[in-house]
Amino acid sequence: MTMIFGIPVQAFLGQLLVGLINGSFYAMLSLGLAVIFGLLRVINFAHGAQYMFGAFVGYLLLTHLGIGYWPALILAPLIVGVFGIVVERLALSRLYDLDPLYGLLFTFGLALVLEGIFRYYYGVSGNAYAVPPLLSGGTNLGFMFLPNYRGWVVVASLIVCFGTWALIEKTRLGSYLRAATENPRLVQAFGVNVPLLLTLTYGLGSALAGLAGILAAPVYQVSPLMGSDLIIVVFAVVVVGGMGSILGAIVTGYMLGLAEGLTKVFYPEASNLVVFVIMAIVLLVRPAGLFGRDA
Amino acid sequence: MPGETSEMSEARSDVADLTLRETSARTSARLEWTLVGLGIVALLVAPFLIYPIFLMKMLCFALFACAFNLLLGYTGLLSFGHATFFGGAAYFTAHAVKVWGWPPEAGILLGMAGAALLGLVMGFFAIRRQGIYFAMITLALSQMFFFFCVQAPFTQGEDGIQGVPRGILLGILDLNVSLNMYYFVLVVFLVGVFAIWRIVNSPFGMILRSIRENENRAISLGYSVANYKLGAFVMSAALAGLAGSLKAIVFQFATLTDVTWQMSGEVILMTLLGGIGTMVGPMIGASLVIGLENTLATSGFPVTIATGLIFMVCVLIFRRGIVGEFYARVIRRAGKE
Repeated sequence: MTMIFGIPVQAFLGQLLVGLINGSFYAMLSLGLAVIFGLLRVINFAHGAQYMFGAFVGYLLLTHLGIGYWPALILAPLIVGVFGIVVERLALSRLYDLDPLYGLLFTFGLALVLEGIFRYYYGVSGNAYAVPPLLSGGTNLGFMFLPNYRGWVVVASLIVCFGTWALIEKTRLGSYLRAATENPRLVQAFGVNVPLLLTLTYGLGSALAGLAGILAAPVYQVSPLMGSDLIIVVFAVVVVGGMGSILGAIVTGYMLGLAEGLTKVFYPEASNLVVFVIMAIVLLVRPAGLFGRDA
Repeated sequence: MPGETSEMSEARSDVADLTLRETSARTSARLEWTLVGLGIVALLVAPFLIYPIFLMKMLCFALFACAFNLLLGYTGLLSFGHATFFGGAAYFTAHAVKVWGWPPEAGILLGMAGAALLGLVMGFFAIRRQGIYFAMITLALSQMFFFFCVQAPFTQGEDGIQGVPRGILLGILDLNVSLNMYYFVLVVFLVGVFAIWRIVNSPFGMILRSIRENENRAISLGYSVANYKLGAFVMSAALAGLAGSLKAIVFQFATLTDVTWQMSGEVILMTLLGGIGTMVGPMIGASLVIGLENTLATSGFPVTIATGLIFMVCVLIFRRGIVGEFYARVIRRAGKE
């Protein structure tokens, strides 16, 4: 058997794949956080809860209405996005003139409520969500065995990430968005409906979290706690990447996922610490983050 | 990073608007002292009326919230990782007292020292960024400490350190007697709060406030803001640790619950509900939150939903908190006269 650094290639690549999958979710979630933060100056603590919400929407659609994975892939982000829009209109929009910390605290409360509700009704144990038939099974790539669904997650997350990047960097709507990030008053003076833009941005960010959630449902178990553990790691990712750039958030997400996978190969005990250690090192060397514009 | 600093200092003055101004503090000084006197008397007789364990829990959390408020209310730094100091100190104390057989006072001092050390490390990293980044860094580092506690053998993982002996204070006072324990907790609480009050009203505390109000100006006046922030962080951590150590002795255990991010959130809620930047607010907030949790524990209604809702309501319509709102009314009335 071929070995890399004294470790069988199969095991090495297997952990790398796990890292890549985790990285896909870090990337999608930190992307959503960066999009929301860019315009709203709000750190969306509820992002993890919205991700969990997306997974649960998929699970409930399947168990109660018999709606399968593919429609849920559209419906879950839609429902979570609409939920986000309602939250923004009713509450968040009242906090923009205040210290950004209040936005963080409000969304923290929202996360607790969402998590509490699902915990109350569905307990803390995970619920399995079957892989859709089209993607079940795996492919032998010659050097390793790739479960099809995992391959799909990586592809889908790349599509989502670069789709969002293109939406923001290459379209007219995205140009409004970027302009409003720089100077909302001026953009409003040009006749762009900035409050609507803010609402849609939060909706889009929430929808991204919901989409990540439904994508994650067959990989991880659907559980009320799945979001809160993840969001803290994603915060560390965001500190490492800096929220100045969309591309930075994406790249950092994948990188840290891979770093985590590699650590699992060589020193498993430290695998859930490594992201935080990297964060600490980056803070020492480049306090503004790897892609921070405000260095 | 000019963009971030100007924006953050602008934002910080928002906090300043909500916290109390110096003038208001003077208006209410007399009232404050009367209330403090009444409060101490009430706490002295309380164990004869209310279940002492519940009171001690309240006092521990009130001290924790006051220590947290030293950082948020008076320095303008929102730490999302204070559970590390509270729960960490509880572990250190429990371990020293149970495994090494240390007397309670030594165990508590060790817990405080350990919390201060953790505060020094976490503060060293966190003060490199401001505002929400500061909050996220403290949260991430405290999660790292949580994972450490899950894996480190001395914390005994999911079980926690159980059956910690209360011991005999200074070789004289048997803490297994409920009233002795209560009055010891009360004394430590009062000393802790007095220390916070002294810090806040010292020249050092004034500089902390100036950092809260306008960091850039404090820098331009020649203060090494980073050192002051780190100092405040370490003091807040040590006092939060004192509260945690005390809790470990009272309840005779230290578990993972006290190092979770939920605990960090809880202390924020206590402070926010009571009134950020007020001396008494965090105590009232802590009592209410603990009281609410006790009530809900028997009702079957999930605590997280309740705390989450209070968070949302506080942020939306009640940002001054109970005490802040009270002062604001007093000042408004004083202004009319």
